[in-house]
Amino acid sequence: MTLAQRGRWITGVALLLLAGVYVRALVFTPEEIHQGLAQKIFYVHAPAAWSAMLSMGLVGLSSILFLLVKDPRYDRFAAASAEVGTAFSVVMLTTGPIWGKTIWGTWWTWDARLTLTLFLFFLFLGYLLLRGAVTEPGLRARYSAVLGICGLVLLPFIHLSVYLFRTLHPAPIVLKPSAPSLPPEMLVTLLCSFGVFTLLYVGFVTLRYAIGDGGERDA
Amino acid sequence: MRKTLRHAWIVARKDLLLEFRSRTAILSAVVFTALVLVIFEFGRDPTAIATLDLAPSILWVTFSFAAMLGLNRAFQAELENQALDGLLLAPVSRISLYWGKLLANLAFVAVVETVGLLLFTLFFNVPVGHILLPLVGVIALATTGFIAVGTLFSAMVIRTRFAELMLPVLLLPFLIPPLVGAVQVTAKLLAGRPLSEVGGWLRLLLAYDIVFVSLASILFPSTVTE
Repeated sequence: MTLAQRGRWITGVALLLLAGVYVRALVFTPEEIHQGLAQKIFYVHAPAAWSAMLSMGLVGLSSILFLLVKDPRYDRFAAASAEVGTAFSVVMLTTGPIWGKTIWGTWWTWDARLTLTLFLFFLFLGYLLLRGAVTEPGLRARYSAVLGICGLVLLPFIHLSVYLFRTLHPAPIVLKPSAPSLPPEMLVTLLCSFGVFTLLYVGFVTLRYAIGDGGERDA
Repeated sequence: MRKTLRHAWIVARKDLLLEFRSRTAILSAVVFTALVLVIFEFGRDPTAIATLDLAPSILWVTFSFAAMLGLNRAFQAELENQALDGLLLAPVSRISLYWGKLLANLAFVAVVETVGLLLFTLFFNVPVGHILLPLVGVIALATTGFIAVGTLFSAMVIRTRFAELMLPVLLLPFLIPPLVGAVQVTAKLLAGRPLSEVGGWLRLLLAYDIVFVSLASILFPSTVTE
C-alpha cells in the first residue's frame, strides 16, 4: 500500500469515527445545565484546538530535526503539518466565536487564549506564505525551519504576555491538577473526540506528505 | 569571543558608515516617524480620549513601524553586486556577521526612536523629563528583542518575492510580547507609578531579549550558508 493510499484510509476511518462522535455528542451525551446546546460545540472546538497546537509543536520539532540532519523529509513533514494545522486553526477560530456569542455575548474578546490561538493561526499563515515566496527548495526548507523554530518559541511568550494582561476563558476542565470536573459521559465523549481529531490529523498529514513526496519526485 | 565581538563591530561600522554617507534611509525613517505621529494626532478625537491614555500606544505603534522600515534596509544593500557573497567569504564568523548587523540595526533604530521620542513629547505635550531614564531603559529592552528577530528574518526575506511585505507579515506576531510589555510599562511610568509595580513585565521583556538574541544567533548561520 502506498503512503497516499494509507493516508486515504486513515482519513476515511477518522471521518467515519468523527460522524460517530457527533452522534454521541448530540444524542447520547447529556446537555450541560447552564450552557444548554451551545456547550456541544466544545466537543469540536477543544479537540480542533488540540490538533492545531499539535501541528505547531510538530512543525517546530521537525524544523529542529531538519536543521540538525538536513533530511528533506523533515521539511516535507513540517510543510504538511503546517497546512493541516492551518485547517484545524480555522475550525477552532470559527467554532469558538459561535460559542462565545451565545455564552459570553460577544463574537470575539481579547482573552489570553483567544489571542494565542489567533497568533498561532497568523504564524501558520506566515509560514505558508514564506514557503510560497521562496522558489529554491533548499533555501525554502532552511528558511521555513528557522521560522518554524522561532514560532514555537514565540507562542509561550505570547501566552504569558496576554495572560498577564487579561483572561476570560473557561478555566481548564480536564487537564488540571485535581480530577476532571466533568460528568463521565461528557468526559468520554470529549476524550473520544480528542482521539478522533488526532487520528484525523495523522490522516491529513499522511495524505499531504504523500502528495508533497510525489510532487518532489516529479520535479 | 573578543575576536567575534571585534569582527561584529567591523561589520556594524561598515553598515553605519554606509548609512552615514548616504543618509537616505535614516532621513526617510525619521520623516516617516514624524508623519506617523502627525497622522495619529489627526486620527484621534482629543476631546474624547485624554492624550495620556493614548500616549503609550501612539509611541509604540510609531516605533514599531519605524523599526520595520529600518530592518527592511539591513540586508537590502548587500544584494547589490552580490555584496553578501563577499561578506560571507570574508574571514568573519557567521555569529559576528549577525551581531554586526544587529548592532547596526539597533543603532539605526535608536536614532529614529530618539527623534521620535522628542517629536512625541513636542506634539502631544507629554512631559517625560522626570522619567527619562527608566523610559529609555524600557525602550531599549523592548527594541532589542524585536530587532534581534527582525535582523534574522530580514536576512531571509531579501531573497523572497515581495520582501517588503513579507517582513511585516512574518515579524508582527513577534512584536506582540515586547509591545504589550512596553505599552504597559510606559503607561505606568507616564502615570507616575514606581517601576516596582511592573517587575513582571520587565522580567518578561528581559527574558524575551535573552531568548531571542540567543536563538537568532544560533539560527542565523542557517539563513546565509550556501
